[in-house]
Amino acid sequence: MVLILDLAVQGVQMLAVLALAPLLLGFTRKVKARLLRRQGPPLLQPYRDLLRLSRKEVVLAENASWLFRSAPYMIFAATWVAAALVPTFATGLHFSWTADLIAIAALLGSARVFLALVGMDVGTSFGGIGSSREMMFASLAEPAMIMIVFVVALVAGSTQLSHIAIFMQEHASLRVSLGLALVALVIVALAENARIPVDNPATHLELTMVHEAMVLEYSGRHLAVIELAAALKLLLYVSLVGCIFFPWGIASGEPSPAAYALGAVTYLAKLAAGGFLLVAFETSIAKMRVFRVPEFLGAALMLGLLGTLLLFVSRTF
Amino acid sequence: MAVSATLAAIAVLLGTATLAIAAHRRPSATALIYGICLAVSLLLLALAGTSLLGRQPAQHLTLPIGLPWLGARFRIDALTAFFQIVINLGAAAASLYALGYGRHEEAPGRVLPFYPVFLAGMNLVLVADDAFTFLVAWEFMSLSSWALVLAHHHDRENARAGYIYILMASFGTFALLLAFGLLAGPSGQYAFGDIRGMTHAGWLEGLVLVLALVGAGSKAGLVPLHVWLPLAHPAAPSHVSALMSGVMTKVAIYGFIRIVFDLLGPPSWWWSLPVLGLASSTAVLGVLYALMQRDLKRLLAYSTVENVGIVFIGLGLALAFMANNMAGPAALAFTAALFHAFNHSLFKSLMFFGAGAVLTATGARDIEKLGGLILRMPQTAFVFLGGVLAISALPPLNGFVSEWLMFQAVLLSPDLPQWGLKLSVPAVGAMLALAAALSAACFVRAFGIAFLGRPRTPEAAKAAEVDTASRASMFVLLALCLIAGVLPGLLIDAIAPTVAGQIGQSMPAQSTIPGWSIVPIAESRSSYNGLLVFIFITVSTLVAIQFIHRFASDALRRAPAWDCGFPNSDPATQYTADSFAQPVRRVFGENVLMARDTVDMPPPGDPRPARLTVTVRDPIWEVAYAPLSSFISYAAEQLNHLQFLTIRRYLSLVFAALIILLLGGAIWS
Repeated sequence: MVLILDLAVQGVQMLAVLALAPLLLGFTRKVKARLLRRQGPPLLQPYRDLLRLSRKEVVLAENASWLFRSAPYMIFAATWVAAALVPTFATGLHFSWTADLIAIAALLGSARVFLALVGMDVGTSFGGIGSSREMMFASLAEPAMIMIVFVVALVAGSTQLSHIAIFMQEHASLRVSLGLALVALVIVALAENARIPVDNPATHLELTMVHEAMVLEYSGRHLAVIELAAALKLLLYVSLVGCIFFPWGIASGEPSPAAYALGAVTYLAKLAAGGFLLVAFETSIAKMRVFRVPEFLGAALMLGLLGTLLLFVSRTF
Repeated sequence: MAVSATLAAIAVLLGTATLAIAAHRRPSATALIYGICLAVSLLLLALAGTSLLGRQPAQHLTLPIGLPWLGARFRIDALTAFFQIVINLGAAAASLYALGYGRHEEAPGRVLPFYPVFLAGMNLVLVADDAFTFLVAWEFMSLSSWALVLAHHHDRENARAGYIYILMASFGTFALLLAFGLLAGPSGQYAFGDIRGMTHAGWLEGLVLVLALVGAGSKAGLVPLHVWLPLAHPAAPSHVSALMSGVMTKVAIYGFIRIVFDLLGPPSWWWSLPVLGLASSTAVLGVLYALMQRDLKRLLAYSTVENVGIVFIGLGLALAFMANNMAGPAALAFTAALFHAFNHSLFKSLMFFGAGAVLTATGARDIEKLGGLILRMPQTAFVFLGGVLAISALPPLNGFVSEWLMFQAVLLSPDLPQWGLKLSVPAVGAMLALAAALSAACFVRAFGIAFLGRPRTPEAAKAAEVDTASRASMFVLLALCLIAGVLPGLLIDAIAPTVAGQIGQSMPAQSTIPGWSIVPIAESRSSYNGLLVFIFITVSTLVAIQFIHRFASDALRRAPAWDCGFPNSDPATQYTADSFAQPVRRVFGENVLMARDTVDMPPPGDPRPARLTVTVRDPIWEVAYAPLSSFISYAAEQLNHLQFLTIRRYLSLVFAALIILLLGGAIWS
């Protein structure tokens, strides 16, 4: 009985992240448009886009391989599993012991490797430029992420996100190292989600785009799956920041409907706040030149390393 | 019993070599020799497997050969058994692969006799239990692999590779010889059992550590002793490249563990500093070099340098923990190192086999001459892609597990009391993460340029899938990568006796943990479950596919590539390997590798084509080796004058030398 309930809660979490991801994207677009004094698309537009894409036929390049056709599903699955493992409204879900924060980062790495590979599959120069730049960004963003994991794990004594969230709830305190890790995580999240100042999700100017360049040859249902995966990734990073640094309201301990309801409400509030802050930041800054990005990401890496070093010196930092 | 059976198998391998000399001209010789090698490797694998899994105590055997007062001593303990498994698994896979690949060999007489000797030499190093036997076996291994490197000696590049290899190998053996000399002490006790019982002075231990790092490290490819490796490994036929990269480097790691962990006695904390420093720079530099290579096999060889660095990071951490009596973390770090050594032997062999298949199919090693192979060699592309995912440390494959264990070991190191370690271990962790991320970039580039896109040459457009034996061997290795990644607990439990033998404790028994999870140390609250991750990803993929095919449109139309509306059918318009590496070259390479991009743009009206020249140099070669080499040439040049003297001058030289020696002797006494 307990097991069934556990599985049900886990299932709710998996479906919730899937259902909410396009909404978060629609919300950020709407807020961004309002900040720019535009009307903006409706909140539900991303759902409509996905629906429309999935009903269209796929136009496949003549020399596209089996990898090109199967990779969207792999990218989606890796991102979905990673997103399902981040505590959203409750900790200690049944499968949260499967993988820790390092594994979540690596799952996102798998998705990225597949995305970069399919960018090169058709053999167009735009795909290549996207893949090449994506891997260069990743070569700094991934170590930065691992350093953030180090900081958080050294503070909380575990790399398991459920443990980290519970620890942060119980021992909430201002620490220098956590502050450094938060800044670093925000930088990494901006880069990983192809947001301004690293990449522009709205651009279609070929030479400046990274993420869009890799998926240029996709259409129809394949594109829908990839777009959904990208939305999931954004949701994942906002949830991650919420779960590690602002774990208030997440249901932990004895499960009860009231706790879950409170967790769900605070989670939605956190998503809204995260989305709003992201857009507010984006509208206040210009996109960087591609070769300024390594400095930006290098800063995240150094902040993470500094945080780790501080914790090696003394656990009280 | 196990020892004599192992020695008998090694003798069979040596016998096979003589058979190969006699029979190499016959067309059936290739199948015969590799068939015997495959059978003997499987037999040795089974022997080692029973002694490791059966947790048998160490077994000895002394044969009355070798030095008269010493004999030739042999011993099989858990450490030997683990490395025997690694080596013979790789050897069996290589022999199976060679059953198909070896048929394309143009000079079988230069490969067949040395191949069994090479296998025998590696096995003999592992079972040796005295310094004399160890060094003889080590030289056996070096010389036979040198002969294999020179199999295609008409190529000038290969001749140079062989020359540098033999120099570095002799240098390494020399360092090991001195290390054993110091260990044996003035009474000359060369048996490992006697050395274990002795205590050494502190400075002497430090010297032995440095000599072991030089001797074993040069064979394994530690920076700055790696220069021969990316030249020699690719020069050999591909199955031998796989053995040298995937397996022989493991013998070198075994040598280091045997000397430093087993023979040298309890470590001091500062031993870990040089090991960690060399290891982390090896990991990052190795993968950066790999990222700049266009030759697929050389790229793989540089990636071996990186992976050796990762293994040594684990060993360095284990030394640091051991010196501070932190047995649990030490067992974790040591297990991570062994696990990574095992993993690397699997996926690196797999990738060299893939490179060999590409070479057979297209005749090209330069990835800029390939492209689009995924359509013409779908199975090779599939297994190579598996290797790419494994080596890039992506779940649920095996590379991720050893990386995860390594990170968990780093996370336990704030408890180390020494400031030198407290301040350096975080940097080591960052270098480890950087190496993993760069490795993903490196292999996305290699796979993307060679297998994806459009064929860049007619040869690549005509490529065909390779023979069954080669593919079978690659599929077996990929399956092992998946099993080791999905059920890592089994492997950790299997190597527990090896870890306990060196550290005194092993990781907590993973079989007692519910649901096939793995945990790093008993009191830890971190865990990873490869099986569930694998099931999760598979189920999610299937659900997504089912859902899409149920509810979305199934219509599909093939059309020319979109490419923003301006597709160009010329394959030269694709991204190249050098252009893919350009961002990384610009970010990391300018300082570390002295990488320079120079553009020669003719002025308007000049019909000359514009030219972009990329130069990447190995600073270690230029700083350390080139001056040394030019000094030796200079010295030889100067000494050359001595060859053309008159007899009178020679006699006076002899007289002067005699006087100086006598004077020296008089002052000394």
